[in-house]
Amino acid sequence: MQLDKNRKERIIWRSRRGLLEMDLILERFLSKHLDSLSEDEILVYDGFLQLPDNDFLDMAMGRKDPQDILEIALMNKIRNS
Amino acid sequence: MALNKQIFDTLIVGGGGSGLRAALQLAEADHRVAVFSKVFPTRSHTVAAQGGIGASLGNMQEDNWLWHMYDTIKGSDYLGDQDAIEFMCRKATEVVYELEHFGMPFDRNPDGTIYQRPFGGHSQNFGEKPVQRACAAADRTGHAMLHTLYQRNVRARCQFFVEWMALDLIRDYEGAVVGLVAMEMETGQVMLFQSKAVVLATGGAGRIYRSSTNAYINTGDGMGMAARAGIPLEDMEFWQFHPTGVAGAGVLITEGVRGEGGILLNSQGERFMERYAPTMKDLASRDVVSRAMDQEIKEGRGVGPDKDHVLLKLDHLGPDVINKRLPGIREIAIKFAHVDPIKEPIPVVPTCHYQMGGIPTNYYGQVVVPKNGNPNSIVPGLYAIGECACVSVHGANRLGTNSLLDLLVFGKAAGDHLVEWLKTNPQHRDLPKDAGDFSLSRLARLDSSSSGESVHEVGQELRRTVQNHAGVFRTEQLLSEGVEKIKEVAERVKRTHVKDKSKVFNTARIEALELENLIVVAEATLVSAEARKESRGAHARDDFKERDDKNWLKHSLWYQEGNRMDYKPVNLKPLTVESFEPKVRVY
Repeated sequence: MQLDKNRKERIIWRSRRGLLEMDLILERFLSKHLDSLSEDEILVYDGFLQLPDNDFLDMAMGRKDPQDILEIALMNKIRNS
Repeated sequence: MALNKQIFDTLIVGGGGSGLRAALQLAEADHRVAVFSKVFPTRSHTVAAQGGIGASLGNMQEDNWLWHMYDTIKGSDYLGDQDAIEFMCRKATEVVYELEHFGMPFDRNPDGTIYQRPFGGHSQNFGEKPVQRACAAADRTGHAMLHTLYQRNVRARCQFFVEWMALDLIRDYEGAVVGLVAMEMETGQVMLFQSKAVVLATGGAGRIYRSSTNAYINTGDGMGMAARAGIPLEDMEFWQFHPTGVAGAGVLITEGVRGEGGILLNSQGERFMERYAPTMKDLASRDVVSRAMDQEIKEGRGVGPDKDHVLLKLDHLGPDVINKRLPGIREIAIKFAHVDPIKEPIPVVPTCHYQMGGIPTNYYGQVVVPKNGNPNSIVPGLYAIGECACVSVHGANRLGTNSLLDLLVFGKAAGDHLVEWLKTNPQHRDLPKDAGDFSLSRLARLDSSSSGESVHEVGQELRRTVQNHAGVFRTEQLLSEGVEKIKEVAERVKRTHVKDKSKVFNTARIEALELENLIVVAEATLVSAEARKESRGAHARDDFKERDDKNWLKHSLWYQEGNRMDYKPVNLKPLTVESFEPKVRVY
C-alpha cells in the first residue's frame, strides 16, 4: 500500500523522540519499512508512538514484550531493522 | 500578508522540564499561558535524564546548601555566578519537596524519607568526604518529572500548542519582547502570538556535534531565536563530554566498562592511556580520558576509514564477566555499534552531552544584555530557563544532578517573577507593524528556491566541523581553522534548498529551519572557544594549559551580528555569604 505523503510525514515527525536511542532505532526502521507498512501495521505503529520513550526502548531492546500478536510482529520488525 | 493573531499573557517555548515548571507557576496563578512544543511534552529530552536532582535534604548524612554551593562553584571552575548558585542551592530542598507533593515517585528510605544516591563531586564540609545528595526515581528521574509536571499543568488548564515550532521573537521599537511567530507543523500555518512576555525553554543544542547524546529535537531553537533578535549568547565554548559514546551513534557506554578492565586502543593497537596517565591508565578521570582519546584522533591515530574514533576492547574479559557484570553493554554494542563486544572492540568517541552556556539571564530568568555601561541590563518581556539559558550556575563545568535542579529552580523562579511582573505590567504592548515579516521572508526563501544546498549535507558538514574543531582537545590551529570552516558552512546554510514546497507536515522544511538555529550555536561555540586563551573546566586548550584568572575570569558573550565577542564580569558575590575565592581545582 502506498501511504499518502501527509500521513508518512506525520509518522516520520512523531518518530522524533525524547531519547536518542529511539531516534536511531526508529530512523532505521522507517528507512527500511515505511513504504511497505500495511494499514494494520500503521495502526499498531501509531499505538507504539503513544508509549513513553523508556517503555518503547525496553521493548525495542527486547527487555519487554508487547501483548498483542500484531504488536509482537511489528516490534520484531523494529528490533531487526 | 496579514497573519492571524492570538493573544496570551505569557508564551513559553519548549515543553520540557523547565518550560513545564514555569508554565505551572503561571497557570496556577490563572494567567493565560501557552506552551509551544515541537513534540508531545512528555517526549521532551528531559526524559533522558537519569542521575537525579541534587538537593541537600540531608536524609542520608548531614548536608547543607552551603556545601552544595561550594561543590557547584568548584565544579564550575569558578566561572559560575555566585549569587545565582546560592539562590539555586538554597531553593533546592523546596523544589524537591514540591515535586514530591505533586506526586513524583521518588525512591524512598525505609523511614519514608526520600532516598538520596551518591554522585561524583558531592561532598560534605567543603570537599572533606562524599555525601549522598541525589534524589532519584529509579533510573527514570527525568521521565517521572516530566509526567508529574505535565499532569499538573493539564490540571491547571495550561494551553499546549503541540507540534508547533516557534520561529522568531517579536521585539518592539523600544526593544521589548511582545510576542513571537510560530508555525503549526500539521498545516504549515504561520501565526502571530502577542504576549506580555516570552519564556525560552528550548533545551540544549548538542546536535551541533557529530557525536552527541542529545535527541534529534535538540537543535537550539531558542538560541537561534534570541541571536536573530540581537541577543548575545554567553559562555558557548563550554560543553560537557562523556568519553565513551558509540561512534556514529552517540549512545553512551558506561564508564563501568573501563572499571571492569576494558581498555582503549588507537589505530596502532596501542593502549594509549598508558602514555597519558601512567598510573591510572584507562581509569583516569573523565576529562583526562576524553582529551587523550581526542588527541589520538586529532594526531592521526584514530580508527576507521575516516580515522575518527578509537576502540574500547573488552573481549579479553571473557563472556562471563561481560554478561554478568556489564549487563546491557553487549546489547547496546550490538544494536548501535553493530559489533559483539565478546568478539570485537566497540568503536567509541568523546561524545557531547550538555551545554553549559546559553542565553544570558539573571536568577529570575530575565534575559540580560550589556547596555549603556550596564553588563546586565534587562530585556523587557524576555526570559530564558533550563539548558538554553546561562544563569550562570554551571560556569565552565556542570556538577552532576544540577541540570534537573536548574530546570526546577529557575523554571519556578521565572514563573514567580512573571506573576509579580504581570501585576505591574497589565497591558499588552502593541506589535510593530512589520511583525512576522522577518519569519515570512525566511520561509519565502525556502518556498521559492529552485536549487541550492542540501539540508542534510550542510548539516553533516556543520556537525563534522564542530566535532573536529571544537571537541575536547583544543588548539589555536584547530580552533582558528574551525572558525573559518564554520563561516563557510554558515554561507551554505543561507543557500539551502528544499524540494518539497508543500505546507502540510513538511518535515524537510522544518529541518531546514532547525539548521538555521544549529548554525547560530555552532558559530557561537567556535568563535567563543577560539577567543578564550586559557583552560577552564570543560574548555581545555593544549596551547594554554592553565586557568588564567587574571585575564579570563569573565563570561564570554557572542553576538551574531558581526560574529563578535564581548565579555562581562563573573559575579563572585553571593547573596548572603562570603565569596568563594578562586582556588586551584583538585579532586
